Amino acid sequence: MPPRKAERRRPKTETPERDAEAAAVRGFWSGNLSFGLVSIPVSLITARRSNRVALRMLSTNGTPLRRRFFCPKDDAALEAHDIVRGYELEKDLFVPVTDDELKAIAPKLSQEIDLRRFVPLDAIDPMYFEHGYFLVPGKRSGKAYRLLAHVMEERGRAGIATFVMRGKQYLVAITARGGLLLAETLRFADELRTAADVGLGKPSEADPGAVKEFAQAIAALRANALDVEELEDTQTRRLLELIESKRRAGKDVVAAPQAPDEEESSGAEIVDLMKYLKESIAGKSTETAPRERKSPRAAKKRTVSGNTQTAPVAKKAKRRAR
Amino acid sequence: MSARAMWKGVLRVGDSSVPVKLFSALESPDIHFRLLHSKDLTPVVQALVDPDTDNVVPFEQTRRGYVGPEGEMVILKPDELTPLTPEASRDIRLTRFIPSDAIDPQQYDRPYYLGPDRSDKAYYALATALERSGLEGIAHWVMRKKEYVGALRVREGNLVLASLRHAGEVVPVSSLEMPSGPALDQKELDMAKQLMGMLEADFEPDEYRDEYRDQVLALIDSKKHGRKPKLKVVAPRARTDDLTAALSASLRAARPPAASSGKSKSKSKPTEKSRASA
Repeated sequence: MPPRKAERRRPKTETPERDAEAAAVRGFWSGNLSFGLVSIPVSLITARRSNRVALRMLSTNGTPLRRRFFCPKDDAALEAHDIVRGYELEKDLFVPVTDDELKAIAPKLSQEIDLRRFVPLDAIDPMYFEHGYFLVPGKRSGKAYRLLAHVMEERGRAGIATFVMRGKQYLVAITARGGLLLAETLRFADELRTAADVGLGKPSEADPGAVKEFAQAIAALRANALDVEELEDTQTRRLLELIESKRRAGKDVVAAPQAPDEEESSGAEIVDLMKYLKESIAGKSTETAPRERKSPRAAKKRTVSGNTQTAPVAKKAKRRAR
Repeated sequence: MSARAMWKGVLRVGDSSVPVKLFSALESPDIHFRLLHSKDLTPVVQALVDPDTDNVVPFEQTRRGYVGPEGEMVILKPDELTPLTPEASRDIRLTRFIPSDAIDPQQYDRPYYLGPDRSDKAYYALATALERSGLEGIAHWVMRKKEYVGALRVREGNLVLASLRHAGEVVPVSSLEMPSGPALDQKELDMAKQLMGMLEADFEPDEYRDEYRDQVLALIDSKKHGRKPKLKVVAPRARTDDLTAALSASLRAARPPAASSGKSKSKSKPTEKSRASA
């Protein structure tokens, strides 16, 4: 598996606030932006922050729980070295793929984003946009950086390139805004469905009377700008309010026990590997990403006691594995 | 191949309603690994274990804990969290229609296609009216116990809905210090414009492939047939410090390929060894 586990999981998904903030100060990819033969040292820093509130999984008496893997056949808890990744060729037939094999084909970190094509800004459907970064100038890039940003903005162009970061290949659009360069990673064309893929046919001729009715309904709701209040994350706000009111009242407030996920272990690696694979290979869908991403400490081998417990476990594991 | 709808809802525009099916516009992952017990390749299951008792704790019996800045932890119980879940609803409520350039593209998150449900008439009437208006609708809906805000747009005659990131999730450009320095050199500006002009082309998304994904598929395939996979190596380039020289060398190098037809990806890389970092 590619190393730098802490790095690779930082920018993609549910990063708790402190991680996002840490990433915002520390550039996690540094290299050169190439424009013809001009090479501009830059660093990428994330331009996204997750509002997500990180919650620990606890037992009823407040003990942080550990995530463990079990073999349903022999009901045994598994250690990291007992587990291998497998690609399902057909139902219940797997090709095992080892970390070393994946590591060997992981693309080598590229030091370069080579801008060989500049496209009109509005030619890129927002559907392609995936994750945004700032491209901050490196120590010696001052003049060339400003020159490129200036010309791109003036011509209304985005530079397109591919590059490698965290063991993965990215398609990226570089744009300029107010003298600053931004990088937006783009989904590859085969990661997006077409309308035909989802069964949408050729649009049929609309009924003029109905169109007129909708045109009026739209006109009645017309505004010039987005009201930022509409973007407010009210669901998160309600959660934070609940937490705050309980904290003020001193209700159910305890000293935080050391989380099992704060300990480095081989167990931690497994959860990360799965998350990494979900992100890096399984398309960057984060819809089903685990709520709490951390990991169990490698614990001693044990046995699940009682069948009543394995059933909900298996169901849950399935949901997560999707 | 027609995909299955992931959700069904009803667009509410003023007093009018349009029943729709919602489809993810993202391709489902084609490489999907399972974690297996290495001994017999049985897919593993996950469980939460209480470290004190070593017992598996069923999900229903778990609590949540929020760790505050001073190392204190607030325990949250299901009967406190459940009321925070938004009420389930099929409504996709349109609150306003705004010019499409009033939405910062950085705000877009996940794209969905909307398809007509039961009747085509209202769906295509709304799509047509929206396209003619040149506006985008701001929509609110609750899906899978989560509140969404999104932008309703028209793409090739069909309605698409893009979820939007919430306030605070996009770091504003203004939070960074703008690079500053002496005025740019006019000659260099002209050369840079000229060079960019030679590299201008249409966006051709189909020309780019995720080669890593292809490599993983090739690995799986070769393992299936018992072969070793092949690897690729990329060579680095040298550089110099003279910006003007690098720009003019770039222009010389870019000229012949820029004359070739627009469709082909500019394969001819500059051959000169010099690169500038000014």
